[in-house]
Amino acid sequence: MKVIKEKHSLLMRWTHWVNFPILTIMIWSGMLIYWASDTYSITLFGHTFVHFFPEWFYKFFNIPARLAEGMAFHFLFMWFFMLNGVLYVLYTLISGSWRELVPQKNSFKEAWLVLLHDLHIRKTAPPQNKYNAAQRIAYTAIIVMGLGSVITGLAIYKPVQFYWLAWLCGGYHFAHILHFALTIGYVLFFIIHIVQVVLAGWNNFRSVVSGFEVVEEPASTIKDNLNPSVKFNNHPF
Amino acid sequence: MENQTNQNEETKKELTVEQKIKRRNFISFSTFFVLGGATYGGWKWLYHAPEETAGITAGARKPLRRALNKTELFFRKFYSNNHELKTYPKSMAAKNVRVNSDIGIDDEGFKPENWQLAVVKSKNDVLKVTMAEIKALPKTELVYDFKCVEGWDQIQHWGGVKFADFIEHFKLDEQAKMPYIGMETPNGEYYVGLESESALHPQTLLAYEMNGQPIELEHGAPLRLIIPVKYGIKNLKRIGKISFSNQRPRDYWAEQGYDYYSGL
Repeated sequence: MKVIKEKHSLLMRWTHWVNFPILTIMIWSGMLIYWASDTYSITLFGHTFVHFFPEWFYKFFNIPARLAEGMAFHFLFMWFFMLNGVLYVLYTLISGSWRELVPQKNSFKEAWLVLLHDLHIRKTAPPQNKYNAAQRIAYTAIIVMGLGSVITGLAIYKPVQFYWLAWLCGGYHFAHILHFALTIGYVLFFIIHIVQVVLAGWNNFRSVVSGFEVVEEPASTIKDNLNPSVKFNNHPF
Repeated sequence: MENQTNQNEETKKELTVEQKIKRRNFISFSTFFVLGGATYGGWKWLYHAPEETAGITAGARKPLRRALNKTELFFRKFYSNNHELKTYPKSMAAKNVRVNSDIGIDDEGFKPENWQLAVVKSKNDVLKVTMAEIKALPKTELVYDFKCVEGWDQIQHWGGVKFADFIEHFKLDEQAKMPYIGMETPNGEYYVGLESESALHPQTLLAYEMNGQPIELEHGAPLRLIIPVKYGIKNLKRIGKISFSNQRPRDYWAEQGYDYYSGL
């Protein structure tokens, strides 16, 4: 029998989807800024593997010679990026849902088993609650990265007034590098995230829009599920 | 009859799981698409928003200029002249100091030896200052990380007179109480506006030396501004005129869509 199972709170869904266009605009306007001094590359033993970014890339996204525009967008949407992040973190702390999110003692070991399972090397996946061990690590990391972008961003933005932030980031020059690397990190996260969402299927995707999943359960257990005292049984706290 | 309507009402109340799923899918996905559409519309509006009317600032979309100015006011709360830049040993200063622009200093036949600085004290009172008078004041050296709005930075070594010392020596304290200071090249083609507070920062210099030598023409000889609490765009080369104002003085890059404040 089909049962509706609540999964994501309204606030989690709201901040997730609000973050998507904001982060897109931040990355885009960030590229408009970066173009003006595009000095980063991945170089090992004198060989440059990737230069950020090749000419065709700039042309494709219409990036060149838009520094002032990029800064104006970046310094408006930074506010929304921060507010949205603060809202999510506060909610997660106050509601207690951080317990389902933050990695646990065994998460790092388990995440490895999840990876092997996802790569079809291992048949069974470790048992999980809302998020599996790999998700706990990834989704917590992305929040920490968001905080990192705000801190390195402020360090670059006002390195004299917030000299202590610049110091914390290893200086103005290094804060730039960190700020850029974090952005590359978001893009990598996004690619894996999309692949995983596609693989996980409709039920999982729907839950991030509508909040619930539909699960098949034998009729006899339904009563137990409605009983709150049983619901919390599988939680160690 | 009565019995049947009761039954109907009951089935209305008691939705099946399938019906509940359908209903919640419908509500949440229509909300999702309506809000998504509104967001897209909002973005279109902002992206195609009209440009501001050209004045002291120009070249930015109206709402974005408003945001820049509001954001300036917020971050100016954190500004303090006690926040000084980190300084470095002279040995760390770049030998090849980057030249990024020659706007306002590309006149043929400019003779630094004929140069004089004009300080507009009031409408009809212009103080002329020679290089000898400036060099007679105590010299301050500064090795710090110069920051360009483009994103690069370079450790550079400058020497000159502190702007605050200059103001004091030439008894310009009254004028410097006005909130803004404007500076421009002798030909008037490059010009910057600064809050007096930033100009009076203890590390703001009227520089005439770079790496211990007289500044070269391309770096702004004979006298240039070094204002470490601002991006390079405000560090005017070859200062010709200094004036004081209650309003924002004209600023070259603020007319090209950049933030007027551009403070660090």
